[in-house]
Amino acid sequence: MTETTATQKEPVKASEIDPKFKYELSRMHGGEKLLRCFQCGTCTSDCPVARFSDTYRPRTLIHMAQLGLKERVLNSDTLWLCAACFTCTDRCPQGVDVASVIRVLRNLAAEKGIVPQVFKDQAASILESGYAYKIPSLRIKKRETQGLPPLPKGNPEKIRKALKGVKFLENKEKEEEQHEQQEQ
Amino acid sequence: MSSKNSKYLIFLGCAVPYRVSSYEISARKVLQKLDVKLVEMPEFNCCGLPLDPVSHETMLILAARNLALAEQTGLNILTLCPGCAGTLKKVNKILKADKTLREQINGHLKDSGLEFKGTVETKHILQVLTEDVGLEKIREAVVKPLVMLKVAEHVGCHLLRPKEYIGFDDPEDPQTLKKLIEATGATCLDYINETECCGAPSVGVSDKVALQLARDKLNHVKMVEAQALITICPFCHIMFDTNELRIERMFSETYGIPVLHYPQLLGLAMGITPEELAFNELRVDTSKLLQVIGVH
Repeated sequence: MTETTATQKEPVKASEIDPKFKYELSRMHGGEKLLRCFQCGTCTSDCPVARFSDTYRPRTLIHMAQLGLKERVLNSDTLWLCAACFTCTDRCPQGVDVASVIRVLRNLAAEKGIVPQVFKDQAASILESGYAYKIPSLRIKKRETQGLPPLPKGNPEKIRKALKGVKFLENKEKEEEQHEQQEQ
Repeated sequence: MSSKNSKYLIFLGCAVPYRVSSYEISARKVLQKLDVKLVEMPEFNCCGLPLDPVSHETMLILAARNLALAEQTGLNILTLCPGCAGTLKKVNKILKADKTLREQINGHLKDSGLEFKGTVETKHILQVLTEDVGLEKIREAVVKPLVMLKVAEHVGCHLLRPKEYIGFDDPEDPQTLKKLIEATGATCLDYINETECCGAPSVGVSDKVALQLARDKLNHVKMVEAQALITICPFCHIMFDTNELRIERMFSETYGIPVLHYPQLLGLAMGITPEELAFNELRVDTSKLLQVIGVH
């Protein structure tokens, strides 16, 4: 994924602003304290990713959310750079769970179908095997020679059952259907 | 130790069996010698953490499924991965406190005959070693004190943060791993930005940023002349050990710093051989280090 912030640099149009967005976010689990942020910048100055990225700034993402720049923030590539180390959350003087606000924004972006490939791969693997990575069968067999007990089995059928009604699975199943139709 | 804190359900997670079996092999060896019994999970699914960015609800359900499975066994959970420990701890706390959410999540588990009740505790191996085994017993188990070694530690993020949910050690000045390292006889060196992230969660989104984080840490570890870097997380270990050569090539650096899982360091001090502790699976050459210790 490229690190572009064109979406952040273009001038803001009034029609882009969704004044209800911040309230929508603050009703979501993890977003509750968004309105408390007074833009001090502790999150950005303490962020290990921001030190090495020219574009990732947690304060900017929080500001965009507060201003109601919904489409802009949800389409921003930088949203996915957060390493979820929770330093910002632990150090915010206003008690804003910054990392979780960013997670809430990512969840909303994902609902619109914006998900980096790495997360798509992990999701597919979990639904297939229970494990987030496709563990090669050779590795599973090797466990015996390494003196390790057999790897506990996943139960993909039951995982899907448990996720019934969750938007994430519904979207995933739609994707799978489309994929099957394309193949036929 | 009572049976409650000497017998655990081991939750391997995904990264350990996928790429870091040296961690599992060494942890099992050391725990066995310290009389901590491990029982395998009857069934497994990912703790949920990797999917939290995509769907928080999915993460909650996946974590609750594991907790409910564990509750049926009546055993507490021990994890090797701090990400798994953090997630299971956090979800346990959230669901215990929020009845409405608990009922909603339990609605998803009902069809599989599972129910989250909140009766199981999750501990990372470091927590089990400090709280249940105890530093005293660990010191007694050391037969070959590693007094000739000066190492650095990288404890990572999810063992400690967010502190509101984890409540273990001090995220700004963590001491647990340092004390455990000192219990082996080795010296634990301080270095700049010790508590910072290894970069692993950004791999796949921006490898460049991720590897720069790891490089920055390796630079600081090198400056204090640490003979090894000690980790307690499969992802941190991949960043520093598996990727060390790649970082050296990418940024024209030279490190040659061996990266050991803490159980490997402890195991050496307990007289377990490097072969038994799966040193052969490490990417960075450890022969010099083993020579210093006098086991090779």
